[in-house]
Amino acid sequence: MPPDAGLRVRFWGTRGSIPVSMTSAEIRRKLIATLVRAAGRAVDTPEKAASFLEREIDFAVSHTFGGNSSCVQIATGSTDYVLCDLGSGARVFGNDVLAARGSGDHTFHVFMSHVHWDHIMGFPFFLPIYTPTNHIRIYGCHAELEDAFRRQHAAPFFPVDFSGLSARIEFVRLEPGREYEVAGLSVKAKLQRHGGDSYGYRFQRAGRVVVYSTDAEHKQDDLGEVQGFVEFFRDADLVIFDSQYSLAEATSIKEDWGHSSNIVGLELCQRAHAKRLCLYHHEPLSDDHKIAALLAETRRLEEITRGDRRVEILAAYDGMEIAL
Amino acid sequence: MDVTPKRYADTIVLATAGRIDHATSEGFKTALAPHLARCTAGQDRILIDLAGVEYISSVGLRVLMLASKQAKAQGGTIGVAALQPNVKEIFDITRFTMVLNVFPSVREGLAQISPPALAAFDAT
Repeated sequence: MPPDAGLRVRFWGTRGSIPVSMTSAEIRRKLIATLVRAAGRAVDTPEKAASFLEREIDFAVSHTFGGNSSCVQIATGSTDYVLCDLGSGARVFGNDVLAARGSGDHTFHVFMSHVHWDHIMGFPFFLPIYTPTNHIRIYGCHAELEDAFRRQHAAPFFPVDFSGLSARIEFVRLEPGREYEVAGLSVKAKLQRHGGDSYGYRFQRAGRVVVYSTDAEHKQDDLGEVQGFVEFFRDADLVIFDSQYSLAEATSIKEDWGHSSNIVGLELCQRAHAKRLCLYHHEPLSDDHKIAALLAETRRLEEITRGDRRVEILAAYDGMEIAL
Repeated sequence: MDVTPKRYADTIVLATAGRIDHATSEGFKTALAPHLARCTAGQDRILIDLAGVEYISSVGLRVLMLASKQAKAQGGTIGVAALQPNVKEIFDITRFTMVLNVFPSVREGLAQISPPALAAFDAT
């Protein structure tokens, strides 16, 4: 990708709180639904079958949103890699880098929303940490950033101590609200409401803006706080947003649990004139049908509440790529 | 934002209109407050008539949630009624239909909340 090209965002892990995997019963239900729909149809070659799946079978049946926990890549055209969070999706990302470009001589810049377990658990299985010629810079605003990663590797939690990792690993403390230049991106962090705090990141390059805002609860009656997020999301091409709960849950039984809803994400994006809202950090209890329904409902809500600008609504899935 | 109260026996029907959003929700909350204070066991029941409301945002829904929590804590009864189709869809999508008492019309709400109030409503 040439340096002046746009950004590409790739999702390696999209699930909130804990990784999940499909059960054999769910796979069987998908196969049965597909086979019934395919009855009498000419799907006797891989090409015809693929075309049939693409055109006639709902995404929630023919695919899966996936189950790895938070990890998002922002491809900038630089040879350096830029990531947000190191949930279990980081394992898949690391394997992909190794397969495509070999095991060594890579530089990774990782921006951490916070250090809760689902956001760091992929690190011990992120194979680039075991190659001496790799350089990994981990950025974050938490004072305990480095300590959290070290403790995860300490006995009895993991057999390889942090001191045994052969890559060059650095921790870089950021100040919220200050602008930094990293790997050709302008980056700014913002404090978010979450147990132990979390931080969102606004990335900007060549007129394109991506906001990564996960593990954040929004108190909609705190008008100053709301306006702060409207400005943080202002004119973004893409807002990746924690929509783990329904609004009713987030304002009742799960109030102060530190997560938000599709509704609040949409309202903030509408007020900020953001172009796309990507639902993210999916509830682990939700199966593919439930996430697809959440997407359809959010699109409908956008339709009935639209002012003079449309917000495109997406639901992140493991492997999804968005070109900006 | 104004609410217009109308009494039917032991129930106050509070009618409001327009948009309940970040610009108006605080006024809506303030207007509800004196009625909520009397929404206790043995005192007034409240039914909020949303027939004139064309839009409600998350902050407006939060006002309703807080009102419901307060009423429940006081042993009172509260519900909302007569949602326009778009507002009903917002309630469905946000799952507020699962946490608030939502009735298709004021009459049906009164029937559930208070038979004496229904009789008074039918007599008017």
